[in-house]
Amino acid sequence: MPESEANPTFSKSTGLPRKRFYRARAHSNPLSDSHFPVPVSPRHVDYTAHFPELFPSYDQVDGNSQRIQFADVGCGFGGLLISLATLFPETLMVGMELRDKVTEYVKERILALRVTNPGQYRNVSVVRTNSMKYIPNYFEKGQLSKMFFLFPDPHFKEKNHRRRVISPHLLDEYAYVLQVGGIIYTITDVEELGEWMKACLEQHPMFEPLTDQELEADPVIKLLSTATEEGQKVARNGGQTFTAVYRRIAGSSS
Amino acid sequence: MEEDSHLEGGENNREIEIAPAIIAVHPTQDSVAVAVGSDLRVFDLRTDCGVSLVDDSVEPFHKDSVRAIRYSANGKLFVSAGDDKLVKIWSTDTWRCISSVSSEKRVSAVSISNDGLYVCFADKFGVVWVVDIHDLDVNGALSNRKAAPLLAHYCSIITRLEFSPDGCFIVSADRDFKIRVSVFPKKPLEGAHEIQSFCLGHTQFVSSLAFICSKDLPQGFLLSGSGDSTVRLWDITSGSLLDTCEVGSQAALSESDGSEESCCAVTDLCAIQDSNLVAVAIQGLQGIILLGCDFSSKTLSVAKVVSITEENFIPTSMGSSSAGELLWFVTGISKLRDADHKSLARLKVVSGLRKKGHPESPDQHKPVVLGDEEIPGSQKLLEKLQGSLSIDQSVFSAAAEAIKTAMCNLLIKKQYPTESREWRKRTRNDRKAKQ
Repeated sequence: MPESEANPTFSKSTGLPRKRFYRARAHSNPLSDSHFPVPVSPRHVDYTAHFPELFPSYDQVDGNSQRIQFADVGCGFGGLLISLATLFPETLMVGMELRDKVTEYVKERILALRVTNPGQYRNVSVVRTNSMKYIPNYFEKGQLSKMFFLFPDPHFKEKNHRRRVISPHLLDEYAYVLQVGGIIYTITDVEELGEWMKACLEQHPMFEPLTDQELEADPVIKLLSTATEEGQKVARNGGQTFTAVYRRIAGSSS
Repeated sequence: MEEDSHLEGGENNREIEIAPAIIAVHPTQDSVAVAVGSDLRVFDLRTDCGVSLVDDSVEPFHKDSVRAIRYSANGKLFVSAGDDKLVKIWSTDTWRCISSVSSEKRVSAVSISNDGLYVCFADKFGVVWVVDIHDLDVNGALSNRKAAPLLAHYCSIITRLEFSPDGCFIVSADRDFKIRVSVFPKKPLEGAHEIQSFCLGHTQFVSSLAFICSKDLPQGFLLSGSGDSTVRLWDITSGSLLDTCEVGSQAALSESDGSEESCCAVTDLCAIQDSNLVAVAIQGLQGIILLGCDFSSKTLSVAKVVSITEENFIPTSMGSSSAGELLWFVTGISKLRDADHKSLARLKVVSGLRKKGHPESPDQHKPVVLGDEEIPGSQKLLEKLQGSLSIDQSVFSAAAEAIKTAMCNLLIKKQYPTESREWRKRTRNDRKAKQ
């Protein structure tokens, strides 16, 4: 644990990392393979490293033990994860982020929160990875109950649409890691992207939209636009957000 | 960016253009096909003479290296595809091209559904496409088809495509160590969205796939070969890894040259039908390794190493018919940079792989490398498929090295030191290549 006095990147008052020392460009190229370790398979994910208080020794992770159920894809500075951690204290969740500095920030933030709030935030962690290539390496079939895609990179140019994190092909993989009944949450302030994501989900045979009543009843929906930096910025600027929340349904062969 | 410069044909990546020779054998051994570079050569074993392919365009019918060839299960169709972004479907009766499908990117793998109704091909950007061919008139005029996207491995070169024996699944392997098993739907043109499993375990690019079945287990197991020098056995329904066989150490044992073990990749697999054997071709080994699969214990073990002693022969591709009597393999290269040779190919056959007759006799595999005269079609076949009868040993060693380098360059992500990465970012060009 870094000491607050010696390390100016941490605030003396809150013990939390200061964002300005972890600034990075908003955009990162998902096509370039940066050099971060990738687990060979979901069984190789190091639960002890991510959740040390819940899995003190490596031997404790077996077929019956608890596994990650929520994934925040492109978690940014971790706003959503931090809110979800206390809302669902019994659920393991992980953020996936491509940018190095930002992942470091989230890591430090979680560690600091665990110190300042004993017993809390033990269920949340972050991993630096390219979720467009390696999601099947982290999660078994039907493992996740919720997946989040908050304010993803719009990749405006048509030739870059293939880099969008929600696409017809990638939805196959997201459907694979989500359990039947699992929910995918997407939100953006870019209208065209919102229409794109909705259309992709609508056309995919393994997703169906949530009804208005279901959306009303879901405590997570509100967090999509309020819990993150991006969401707060959009609200400050009086912008509009476009959400598409869908449920994973059984395939035709099941 | 690295991906695009490979795909748009970077001028400084000459090594990637070197293509290994590949072979395919008709299911009832009516014919044998070999592709070396852009040259497609077929020998008809029933009439005992070479085949002249017929197409609307001018020879060579493929304008660039052919990377994948395949016969359909019923033997009526033959497919060839490669770096010229064309998938050509041929009738094996007339050897006329009956359909030409355009791909946006260079094609790296091809497969035909067991019922012969669909052709699937994969490109170097990771997309698998499907073409509907059930109303294709085998004797009709050339009809060019359009392909629909079936599934994709994000930004990865797909190295192999295989249908499961029961036709329910399509398996795709990539250079990012992954094998994806997808349900092949009733309406493939709408996409294969349901993933059955991922077979994860390899630590390098996956280079080859094969299914091995037995009478008791008709759906069989999946075998995969990789750049990590292993062959692995999988249950595709669950994606579980049943066994791993370190064939790389076998190659090192047989070869005494003690060269670097950097890229001792498995290059091809061929399951011998009606037996529990699978042949493995691996870089550095002059010959093949025969692995035996035990279906009850779900394990793999080395049954025999078949060495080729008189020649420098490291197989680049293998094939056999449904009868599994003979294993055909080829070594060759599209062109060598420094040599005068346009292309090289050498073909060999191994027989005696299957147990003969008597069930009481001991489990003896006596595989034998046939001499040139003992091969079906002998001199005429060799002349047609190899391009010539004479072989220059020294050139084949250089060829083996060149192919090894080409495969590594293509399938293994280059690790650049930090300084050159920054420089590369500055000079990279995101503009689309001119059509």
